[in-house]
Amino acid sequence: MKKFSTLMLAVLAAGSAFTSVSAFAQDYPTQPITIVVPFSAGGPTDTVTRLVAAAMSEDLGQQVVVQNVGGAGGTLGAGQVAAANPDGYTLLLHHIGMSTAPALYASLPFDPMKDFEPIGLVTEVPMTIVARKDFQPETLEDLIAYVKENGENVTYANAGIGAASQLCGLLFMDALDVKMTEVPYQGTGPAMTDLLGGQIDMMCDQTTNTTSQIKAGEIKAYAVTTPERIAVLPDVPTLAEGGLENFNLAIWHGLYAPAGTDKAIIERLTKSLQTALADENVGNSFAELGTYPVPADQATPEALAQKLEGQIGLWGEVIKAAGVSAQ
Amino acid sequence: MDLFSSLGLGFSVALDPFNVFYCFVGVLLGTLVGVLPGIGPTATIAMLLPITFSLNPETALIMLAGIYYGAQYGGSTTAILINLPGESSAAVTAIDGYQMARQGRAGPALAAAALGSFFAGSVATFLLAAFAPPLARAALSFGSPEYFSLIVLGLLVSIALAHGSILKALAMIVLGLLLGMVGQDIYTGTPRFTFGLRELFGGLNFVALAVGVFGIAEILRNLENEREREVGVKAVKNLWLTRDDFRRIAAPVLRGTVIGSLLGILPGGGHILSAFASYSAEKRLSKHPEQFGKGAIEGVAGPESANNAAAQTSFIPLMTLGIPAHPVMALMIGAFILQGITPGPNVINEQPALFWGIIASMWVGNLLLVILNLPLVGLWVKMLSIPYRVLFPAIVLFACIGTLSINQNIFDIYAIAFFGLVGYLLIRFGCEPAPLLLGFVLGPLLEEHLRRAMIISRGDPMVFVERPISAALLALALAAVLIAVLPNIRRKRQEVFVEDD
Repeated sequence: MKKFSTLMLAVLAAGSAFTSVSAFAQDYPTQPITIVVPFSAGGPTDTVTRLVAAAMSEDLGQQVVVQNVGGAGGTLGAGQVAAANPDGYTLLLHHIGMSTAPALYASLPFDPMKDFEPIGLVTEVPMTIVARKDFQPETLEDLIAYVKENGENVTYANAGIGAASQLCGLLFMDALDVKMTEVPYQGTGPAMTDLLGGQIDMMCDQTTNTTSQIKAGEIKAYAVTTPERIAVLPDVPTLAEGGLENFNLAIWHGLYAPAGTDKAIIERLTKSLQTALADENVGNSFAELGTYPVPADQATPEALAQKLEGQIGLWGEVIKAAGVSAQ
Repeated sequence: MDLFSSLGLGFSVALDPFNVFYCFVGVLLGTLVGVLPGIGPTATIAMLLPITFSLNPETALIMLAGIYYGAQYGGSTTAILINLPGESSAAVTAIDGYQMARQGRAGPALAAAALGSFFAGSVATFLLAAFAPPLARAALSFGSPEYFSLIVLGLLVSIALAHGSILKALAMIVLGLLLGMVGQDIYTGTPRFTFGLRELFGGLNFVALAVGVFGIAEILRNLENEREREVGVKAVKNLWLTRDDFRRIAAPVLRGTVIGSLLGILPGGGHILSAFASYSAEKRLSKHPEQFGKGAIEGVAGPESANNAAAQTSFIPLMTLGIPAHPVMALMIGAFILQGITPGPNVINEQPALFWGIIASMWVGNLLLVILNLPLVGLWVKMLSIPYRVLFPAIVLFACIGTLSINQNIFDIYAIAFFGLVGYLLIRFGCEPAPLLLGFVLGPLLEEHLRRAMIISRGDPMVFVERPISAALLALALAAVLIAVLPNIRRKRQEVFVEDD
């Protein structure tokens, strides 16, 4: 593995000798790089970032340090990177929250489209619709019928305003045109505890958090939120199979630099990200998390910019329709 | 597999010299970071995660677990020596531990904390080995109504037993509750008391608050009277426990172990209550409650034991159900996943060497900790002989570095300064910071569980009395109030939070 990375480094170094870049960018990186994660240590986003950072360190020949700047639904850390010196030494790894923040926060200290240079998509984590073990419905069809019939008598856990689990719930209720009782938690960890204890009925959460419990038969899984079934849970149908066409939700993660960063540096970082995502160790660890690295053609600035723009539009509508606001 | 062959397997893993070495590295690092307020196990484990890639899963997790419970040991050191608690349980230790240090009894205080922790850790680990799966199942029957009632009980026991300054203690708890409300309401997203400051959306930082009202306030109080200052100036009498000390700490350590072990299993915040609960219990049961707050060794030994027992048993929900009880456990889940193991109900069957190895390593780790810490007592106590004009800037500096390391947020440093001043004013007004911290820690939990229970019951308050565990806890709370109010028992009423200076 080490040998392979060293080889890649040599190839990349040789390659960069042929491209004409400014002297400043050519030397890049000459000091450790910091990737800011706008959430606390230990969460899924943090884990993803640490895996990628370790692989990028090998490729770039400089230490890539992960710094957790949590708070205010990720907007604190993102705002800090937006205001950072655009020298390529301070980056941001943020998830879907980057696209929901404009709709959730009336006064956002940054503009996701204008204040960042996208580097590339990193991963898309599928979500699963799960319920307590003794919840009545057996299949996805049963569940849809049951939720439509019982509406607010069904309790539904989420991790608070703007969390992936809440967004998934909003989309699900929107698709069924029904309202369930939302029960917020401080993160989906405690929510999972209550689901295991049968205190609440349902939840929608990333595979990262649910796969082991599903496999152990401790909770029921009704559906995955992606257009295709996923490898770790081959028996769980998609929502489209249950008749909810166009339901497509994955918690996508992207890597960004502050706006104004040298194009050559962005190019170098994109290459490094692609190398990291192709790393065998990263792939295996991602698989354990129930996800996968995006293909190289998605780990590009263009793909991330397109994703971000589309998602800002989508969530703007969903969040407005649901009447949710973080301030 | 029966328990003994399982433990045999566990010890064969844990006693592997390589694993013992990494266990030692873990507890040593944990002790060091525990000593610094702020630079806690969360940051340390997060920083060390990449290093553990190259280790095999058993070794990596043994080391990371060692950091966690090692930090629980280390955290008491600064609380006792310089009144600088880095977490809520250490705040309890600071009450009597620091008073002991002022009386020249820092050595016995540190030794009592270390021995109590060792005993509690060993017993709790045995519980973990013998009863983990059924205990975890039982803990799941605790829903929001039960947690709400448990916290009500905790708060009422503390209030009801307060004496003399009951009004001030009550006021401090309420102030703590209010401070705990700062930040975004998780139910509606509405910012409360944030004054438009985005930094306050996540709420006030506990470490900044604790360091301010305890540590910095104490420094201000010491500096105001330069000549009569007395930090650690009383000659150090002895480093070790006397026979009388041993007699006094035996029962508190036992009770603390039981309280901590039980509360630690509850994944919804039980471990937070353990030190407070033990302190209340010791003061209530003591024949000399008036000594509490003035350097009672029981007030150090009990809570420290409870805290360490809870630290060990909080691994139960993680290892048997795959659910984290607090942020450090969430990080441990990350570490499991990075090693290719998904924590959950299957770990015990699929990875017996790992499961039992980690448990056995906790005995090894606790033993290493006591061997490591007891000789250090002398060294730590020597630290108090450093001239105060050198010591206090260093304390302020370390407190700031530690706090900054949590969120890299300069705002937290301003918060330390602000709460340092607030804490100083409180001391001047004769108010005690411990009830304030109790309110600050328990307030948000109380609100969260009350509202969640009401949401799930669809607005029906009867849920609190219809569920048997919740009803029993509320009945105990009522009994605590009655005992305090009944006049013939009032004479025996004891003080819980008194920190005269």
